[in-house]
Amino acid sequence: MSEPVSKLQKALQAGEFVVTGEIGPPKGTNIGPVIHEAKEYLKGAVTAVNVTDIQTAVMRAGSMVGCKLLLDEGIEPVFQMVCRDRNRLALQSDLLSAYILGVRNVLSLTGDHTTMGDHPEAMGVYDLDSVSLLEAMCTLESGSDLGKDMKGNPNELDGAPKFFKGCCVTPCAEEVAPQIIKLEKKVAAGAQFVQTQAVYEPARFEKFMKSIEHLKVPVLVGIVMLKTAGMAKYMNRGVPGVSVPDELIQRLGDCAKEDRQKVSIEICGELISSMKDFCQGAHLMTLGWDHCVPGIIAAAGLA
Amino acid sequence: MIVAERKPMDEIIDMIAPYEKVLVLACGGCVTVCLTGGEKNAEMLATQLKLAASQADKTISADFDCITRQCEKEFFDNLTKNPDDYDAVLSIACGAGVGYMSEQYPDAVILPGMNTTFLASNVANGIWEEYCRGCGDCALAWTGGICPIAKCSKSLINGTCGGTNDGKCEVDQDMECGWLAIYERLEKRDRLDEYRKMRPLRDHRKDRGKGVRRLVLKDMIEEEPVNE
Repeated sequence: MSEPVSKLQKALQAGEFVVTGEIGPPKGTNIGPVIHEAKEYLKGAVTAVNVTDIQTAVMRAGSMVGCKLLLDEGIEPVFQMVCRDRNRLALQSDLLSAYILGVRNVLSLTGDHTTMGDHPEAMGVYDLDSVSLLEAMCTLESGSDLGKDMKGNPNELDGAPKFFKGCCVTPCAEEVAPQIIKLEKKVAAGAQFVQTQAVYEPARFEKFMKSIEHLKVPVLVGIVMLKTAGMAKYMNRGVPGVSVPDELIQRLGDCAKEDRQKVSIEICGELISSMKDFCQGAHLMTLGWDHCVPGIIAAAGLA
Repeated sequence: MIVAERKPMDEIIDMIAPYEKVLVLACGGCVTVCLTGGEKNAEMLATQLKLAASQADKTISADFDCITRQCEKEFFDNLTKNPDDYDAVLSIACGAGVGYMSEQYPDAVILPGMNTTFLASNVANGIWEEYCRGCGDCALAWTGGICPIAKCSKSLINGTCGGTNDGKCEVDQDMECGWLAIYERLEKRDRLDEYRKMRPLRDHRKDRGKGVRRLVLKDMIEEEPVNE
């Protein structure tokens, strides 16, 4: 087992049930409130906080600056990197830059297609993919990069980074077998932890976890807070590989408006407690409701 | 084959606005086969341009002509009209035809009447679908004959992303997920080992990252080009 480079790695190696949170940088320069919320509600409550990277292809401030500001507040970040917006030069350069700033956890993602976001005319890059970005991280760690010098020999770095490298998977995808093979490739390429797409079906998730037992990689189950019944229905329609059972939609629809947040927290807590025995942690995506994180942790019986 | 679609009429009208004597030039190659840039299209477009001009109280002359292929010099002899006799030639060939004609008739104004779109097959009556991106490094041998560059909206080479949904792509619910199709084909052939393999990084010099691409068959070159 390698010497941990981050608290997240250390906690997972120690076999703790780990909870991570997530923040999204703003569309604009006003990042203060997001960092303040993280400090107020996530610091101390979660082991690390993901910072999204131009999520859903909607232009906004970058992941690296969010990571740096979290570090300044004593919060450990997970630097999310999508392959959509940068070629291999920029991705490797940003990995070095992030490491210099103190970032140790990196999550490799493909990235939603440009046409899903608010700049649909933009070029999607995908020079690397979520597998080869992990390979690039390993190459950088070995003191080299993806290029060659004039003689065709590997380039030599003046100082090499060391990351805790993560990836994503969609456990409840309709066609899960090709997802599993891709996950196997990600682990072979160097992935050391997994944070999943949202899961609302514990039985299906348990089956998925059995099918990837051989990978021996820690998995943090993805929990996206369902704020309203409408949002749950939207996720069923619009989010690939996510299926919210009718029973949960019913519960959100039936409760009084003022109770909705409470019910939403309860649902997250129940989901985590029903899955915590067959995974190694939970990744909470509260979509701005950071103040609910302590409540979710308590409802899951983890506090 | 190369598929091209006619540019919007307003754009064409703007393009030819400075000119009075126009030749609409069709191509008998790919664009005739995909029913967008053939002789009949040229005839119709010439008529439409004259009509549009008259509605705008302008008078233009618009002739039409067609040659077998605009991307090959030997067919230029088949022109019945001389491009140099016109204020502008509106070519409805693909971009290769327009570009080559422009080079070969440097004094003529050759304008593109089409948007060249993709390399396609005619999958049903009236429907052409992209099958190749001309990436310069064909992958079809290890993907069961389904192109990950053309058929995956992100041109991924290591398998499906998380955007696949009930067999469809996140970009469009009417579009198949190319990687799911590849997976199913390879599974059927008991060749999922190909899906499992790590793919080397793409070399974009072969694609479009190193400027103008050329095919040179040394044995076929009859004489050294004079200007090299």
